[in-house]
Amino acid sequence: MGVEGIGAKVLRKEDRRFITGRGRYVDDMSVPGMKYAAFVRSPHAHAKITGIDTSSAEGMPGVIGILNGQQLQGDGIGNLICGWAVSSKDGTPMKMGAWPALAVGTVRHVGQAVAIVVAETQLQARDAAEAVMVDYEELPVVTTAVDALKEGAPQLHPEAPGNLIFDWELGDKAATDAAFSKAAHVTKIHIHNNRLVPNPMEPRAALGHYDPAEDHYTCWTTSQNPHVARLVMSAFYNVAPEHKLRVIAPDVGGGFGSKIYIYPEEIVCLWASKRTGVPVKWTSDRSEAFLTDAHGRDHETDVELALDADNKILGLRVGTIANLGAYMSLFSSSVPTYLYATLLSGQYDIPAIHANVKTVYTNTVPVDAYRGAGRPEATYVVERTMETAARELGISPAEFRRKNFIRSFPHQTPVIMAYDAGDFDATLNAGMEAADVAGFEARREEAKSRGKLRGLGMSCYIEACGIAPSKAVGSLGAGVGLWESAEVRVNPVGTIEILTGSHSHGQGHETTFAQLVAERFGLPVDNVQIVHGDTDKVQFGMGTYGSRSGAVGMSAIVKALDKVEAKAKKIAAHVLEADEGDIVIENGEVKVAGTDKKLGWHEVCLGAYTAHNLPDGMEPGLKEGAFYDPTNFTFPAGCYICEVEVDPETGTTEIIQFVAADDFGRVINPMIVEGQVHGGLAQGIGQALLEGTHYDDAGQLLTASYMDYAMPRAWDLPNFKVSTNETLCPGNPLGMKGCGEAGAIGSPPAVINAITDAIGNNDLTMPATPEKVWKALNAVA
Amino acid sequence: MYETSYHRPTSLEEAANLATEKGDEAKYLSGGMTLIPTMKQRLAAPEALIDLRHVGELKGITVNGRSIRIGGGVTHAEVAMSDEIKSVCPGFASLAGLIGDPAVRHMGTVGGSVANFDPAADYPAALLALGGTIHTNKREIAADDFFLGLFETALEEGEIVTAVSFEAPDQCAYEKFRNPASRYAMCGVFVARRADGVKVGVTGAGSSGAFRWSDGEQALSSDFAPEAVDGLTVSEADMMGDIHGSSAYRANLVKVVTKRAVKKALSH
Ligand SMILES: Cc1cc2nc3c(=O)[nH]c(=O)nc-3n(C[C@H](O)[C@H](O)[C@H](O)COP(=O)(O)OP(=O)(O)OC[C@H]3O[C@@H](n4cnc5c(N)ncnc54)[C@H](O)[C@@H]3O)c2cc1C
Repeated sequence: MGVEGIGAKVLRKEDRRFITGRGRYVDDMSVPGMKYAAFVRSPHAHAKITGIDTSSAEGMPGVIGILNGQQLQGDGIGNLICGWAVSSKDGTPMKMGAWPALAVGTVRHVGQAVAIVVAETQLQARDAAEAVMVDYEELPVVTTAVDALKEGAPQLHPEAPGNLIFDWELGDKAATDAAFSKAAHVTKIHIHNNRLVPNPMEPRAALGHYDPAEDHYTCWTTSQNPHVARLVMSAFYNVAPEHKLRVIAPDVGGGFGSKIYIYPEEIVCLWASKRTGVPVKWTSDRSEAFLTDAHGRDHETDVELALDADNKILGLRVGTIANLGAYMSLFSSSVPTYLYATLLSGQYDIPAIHANVKTVYTNTVPVDAYRGAGRPEATYVVERTMETAARELGISPAEFRRKNFIRSFPHQTPVIMAYDAGDFDATLNAGMEAADVAGFEARREEAKSRGKLRGLGMSCYIEACGIAPSKAVGSLGAGVGLWESAEVRVNPVGTIEILTGSHSHGQGHETTFAQLVAERFGLPVDNVQIVHGDTDKVQFGMGTYGSRSGAVGMSAIVKALDKVEAKAKKIAAHVLEADEGDIVIENGEVKVAGTDKKLGWHEVCLGAYTAHNLPDGMEPGLKEGAFYDPTNFTFPAGCYICEVEVDPETGTTEIIQFVAADDFGRVINPMIVEGQVHGGLAQGIGQALLEGTHYDDAGQLLTASYMDYAMPRAWDLPNFKVSTNETLCPGNPLGMKGCGEAGAIGSPPAVINAITDAIGNNDLTMPATPEKVWKALNAVA
Repeated sequence: MYETSYHRPTSLEEAANLATEKGDEAKYLSGGMTLIPTMKQRLAAPEALIDLRHVGELKGITVNGRSIRIGGGVTHAEVAMSDEIKSVCPGFASLAGLIGDPAVRHMGTVGGSVANFDPAADYPAALLALGGTIHTNKREIAADDFFLGLFETALEEGEIVTAVSFEAPDQCAYEKFRNPASRYAMCGVFVARRADGVKVGVTGAGSSGAFRWSDGEQALSSDFAPEAVDGLTVSEADMMGDIHGSSAYRANLVKVVTKRAVKKALSH
């Protein structure tokens, strides 16, 4: 409704402050008496701590206190936990190794925090941290998951013999074996999904403030889910009782998953504030971010696809080894299991699937959800395999996919998911048309005349968003429910505050959430304020990740708006002496349909608060809350087509064209959705072409700065051709599916399929750097 | 960053005296594009910073006929945008325009880059190929004698690069193949052609910094055409290898990038 309602390209309300440098991030926060922290970090990937000598550091200028892991444990601060219990196929629970917020006894990755120094200034804290002498006895190191599983590998945790956290399976093994036994063709490939460093623009930060007068704690932190942070810090880490802990996540400059987790630093800053008697602020620098923000991906997978003589898929067999790093991060167990193997059916009707996943400890930074979380890994497996099979069989990759598409919904896959709706032909057709696939061979010839190798690759992805029905995830081991909350607070003058449990860290909630009000009541978005990120202001909520703020967060707002609308109509019907069913609200007016009787929206709101003329028995006020628990996952899907040119002399890949045809269900703000797709594509293309994370044998991160970690830049990317098809999601009131991660999920296989098509060698791993492409070319030349 | 002291001399003499006074704990500061990040990472801890940016003698570009002299304090952006340099030696100006990003080009200086001699820095390839001269507050040093090894130059303690100079060749060009992460040169080649022969300076690829590719020079001196280097092999043993590119890959790049530089020079 109106120019600012659903479907309108409303400019982002929040951008004024971001673009003018007036955003307020944790590092901008300051409280009287605040001091600064620096962490003493392990230079070794695996070592015993044999002594910590703080004597010279303590005497350095400005030093207020130096605290270590023994003291932390002595004060009863609990170990970090993984909040999703996944068991091995034999029923044994996952093997969680102890992770104290400050190391006690052993360090297991370079960068692990060993002690905290609090000083008057940041520089003094850093100088003193350097003067803390830690004696280490180095232990053998293992950095890859495959090596960590080998006999005789260095052992990380006594709790996890052989470094194996769990050996999990999903699907019907016998049925899958049977499918393979009658296959006419089997395609096999090995897939490496490269480890990524998230790199949000704003590094993590924490400000812990203990107030002895009130015996109360406040923690400002860079969090995607402040309520979860508060719950976990109180219930598991014992930092403070929940009702005496306020967590504030103000403006947060990107997260991509890495700011879901509760990290050692915020726990330690809060505890150190109580210990030292001063508010303690820590801000990560970029080097610390590389060494301590949870990394993403890092899978090794063997996949086999069984086909009948008619090229219909009979079965899929997947074996994955996932590197979880040195410790189990908060949701690390769910990523390579329930967020991964459940998507292995892709867009295809596959009768039998069996997946086996082993998760492994190594002496590397912990790995957890990163934009897409499991779904990019699944999509990469499925879409590389589909493309490979089509090439082996000499058939059109598009027609091969089409032949196997799921076409009737709901569709129950053999791996838990029940797809509710979709139209995969529609996105494939839209993608192929936008990419002018028909004209490709001519373009390939033309490129050849210029000495360039042109290739085309596609990816038909499906993913699961809107996580998720609480009961379902509970039965799968989640330690939390995944609903969302909202409160709509109508002020007496008719302006509105929406308090949401979702948290915006770049997504534009202040705009899109307000558009729901514009749609519903015809009020300008400027009359709506979105309040989020503060546990003292907002009711408990689950936060933002997994593209859930639309499908789940906005659904909660819709439910609360329903209640507000109903009450407003009751009041208006009473005042206007009309039937409640005849009241309509539009353009900021509350009218009796078919008459000229009406009230201004503000008059109804004021009436609710003056309470001079309310229906008998009605409570004053106009403020409603709601919790929304999803009925199913949502299933965004689409078709991505990438066209590249490879320079055979140097192996350089140029993306000539990238088409994204997505189905996100209902689109609230097309401009913001487009922006989400662009950002996701940049990250996915970054993974495919540029972002390689390298450890040396001693467990030192070689790619620990932008000198060596290749982030995508604007000139690496083409102008994207994006479009959306709206197959509404039947599971939520707005019909939304989610768009935040699709770009990063769908694009890597499209890019690699295109390059391998160009060079005629399918043996290529991500990131496809010029050198790798050159070598792959020479291997077939 | 560790605590340091800051000094702002306004003449070469004052700068050199300050350096003598502060001894080996002092560092000159020009654009700070290399030094400041190193200090922030606590990999360098000079006790004194002697800022050369206010020393007038280091400023200015002079072009006399085909002789070019560029002050040590001239920024990459000034080189890139200099109409005078462009008119006699466009290859050199375009090289400067390929360094880093706009912020780096407007801060970083010729003197700082030459003194620092990063194995992937761009200017050394050009100065070697152009037979350039590095001027200091004490002497003049031929480029061939100045660039010694990784981050190692002929500069003595406290010596200041005041300018670089060279004669514009008949034809020249720079071709840069970037490291995908840092966007420094993974292999940068400057070719310069004169009546008496061709010189080829290569940066980013060699295991001991920028070098002259003598095989390439010979071949191109007898036939200044891209194909002239086709039959040559570049020794992998002399190449740098790292996570971004093996020595074999860099050896390939030396040839490919040289060919492209020659093609570019011929098209000017
Ligand atoms: C993001 C980024 C990208 C970059 N990309 C490139 C690139 O693509 N190609 C490239 O070539 N370079 C690149 N650089 C480096 C850049 O060109 C630097 O400007 C240059 O290497 C150093 O020059 P400076 O003036 O900044 O020197 P500073 O950082 O101030 O000093 C560097 C060193 O030289 C010494 N020094 C400075 N001036 C003098 C002098 N006149 N005499 C004697 N000693 C002196 C200093 O004491 C110090 O040891 C990049 C830098 C950054 C930050």
